Amino acid sequence: MRNKAAKWYQMSGAEGDVVISTRVRLARNLSGVPFPANLSQERKLEVAKKARDAIKATKKADEFDFLDMGNIEARDALSMVERHLISPEFSKSGKGSALLLKKDESVSIMINEEDHFRIQVMCPGLDLDGAYRIADEIDDLLDSQVQFAFDDRLGYLTQCPTNLGTGMRASIMLHLPALHERGAIQQLANTVSKLGLTIRGLYGEGSKPEGAIYQLSNQVTLGISEQAAIENLKGIAAQIIREERNAREQLRLNPRFEDRVWRSLGLLQTARMMSHDEFMSLISNLRVGVALGIVDGISLDTISELINDAQPATIMAAARRDMDPSERDVERAKMVRTRLGAKN
Amino acid sequence: MMLCQHCGKNVATTFIKKTINGETTQSHLCSECAAELGYDSMFNSFGFDFGNFWGSLFAEPAKKSLSDAVRCEGCGHSFSEIVESGKAGCPSCYTTFYDRLLPSIQRIHGKTGHTGKVPTGASDKLKKDKELERLRAELAKCIAAQQYEKCAELRDRIRELEKEDR
Ligand SMILES: [Zn+2]
Ligand SMILES: [Zn+2]
Repeated sequence: MRNKAAKWYQMSGAEGDVVISTRVRLARNLSGVPFPANLSQERKLEVAKKARDAIKATKKADEFDFLDMGNIEARDALSMVERHLISPEFSKSGKGSALLLKKDESVSIMINEEDHFRIQVMCPGLDLDGAYRIADEIDDLLDSQVQFAFDDRLGYLTQCPTNLGTGMRASIMLHLPALHERGAIQQLANTVSKLGLTIRGLYGEGSKPEGAIYQLSNQVTLGISEQAAIENLKGIAAQIIREERNAREQLRLNPRFEDRVWRSLGLLQTARMMSHDEFMSLISNLRVGVALGIVDGISLDTISELINDAQPATIMAAARRDMDPSERDVERAKMVRTRLGAKN
Repeated sequence: MMLCQHCGKNVATTFIKKTINGETTQSHLCSECAAELGYDSMFNSFGFDFGNFWGSLFAEPAKKSLSDAVRCEGCGHSFSEIVESGKAGCPSCYTTFYDRLLPSIQRIHGKTGHTGKVPTGASDKLKKDKELERLRAELAKCIAAQQYEKCAELRDRIRELEKEDR
């Protein structure tokens, strides 16, 4: 599943101290064809073929792999969910659903998810314009080969009415450990909801969002253009970034905070077994320590890649075999020690 | 500590707040219920159970039999089937049931009327409207920036397009 070519998440990007990555997703459907939930497997395969042919007909053909969801190992599918390449529902969709995946994994097109096509672009750091530009390009490319379902009044027609209009969902993944610690996230959620946005925790099955990683997204897609939605998101993101940085400066003054950063690094570099929850909270402490220059010699790039690779199914996908949780915890601890340059 | 409002058993870990058309709803959910209601995935980031949402909006059983008489030609769905699932069956559902769906669409987005990108298959009239919209926005920017030469150019383009309309 994972080939050796460079991946988009091995780098950090603009505003990388706070923003981990940016994602833009466009929902598109074929005119005159029922939505995937109401299609036979045969007709789904026809839809998949259309998308595949559309990409094949362009210069971009060599950049993409075509994956039939019917022929994919469960752990590989789950790993793709962990890496946000596909949705959990899509991972179970089986034959008739397919994925066009760019080799660096920055672009994925889910075929026959809830909508016929879900074009998704991911970039490191804060880069809404860049991510939208690429999504727009792929959209033009499909548009030149197929006819999209569209209504003058309702825009792009989607299975769920929440996506009508532009069909665009733009999100920013934010690392907000200082605001989280201050208990400011709920208030933030209140504020952004009044502005047509949502914010929520991304990781965390335990008692709290592990790792303080949050996703900020636009919520309204009808009656607001792509550019306006992106500008809106940018404006709010800039304020959140500023607040988080201010809160970090406050944290820095607390000697307990510095202690926690170093203790976290100590555990990460020495532990022999590590659960994903523990890993997320430790790596979050380390990440903010690196961003504040408390720890040097470890880059945000290394951390981004680790956050990606240390997820349960992704560990198994890389090893090409299933493991029980304690086996994974050993594997995870080993990976973390190696990547963080531990000597033993 | 707050208990999950969905199951009432576990500790709530996810807070969801929505403001739609000025109406605010809040919910505190445990991680299992959040997952069950679709908040666990970044792909379902609307943070809303739309199946129930639509259902509650159209909970008028008396009208149900009446609405079932009409079925979408594209997929065979009736209006009440769309309301029950919170999902359209095919693109034509939106034209077939446009008037009846519009109030809840407006409630979801706060507004109606698409602005933004238009596919190549869209009507020429719409494409021209979009182009005019874009040019007028650009003109406003140029005026603010006092780029008079460019303003004149833009005004000419706008006048041309408007003339074609008549
Ligand atoms: Zn619950
Ligand atoms: Zn229909």
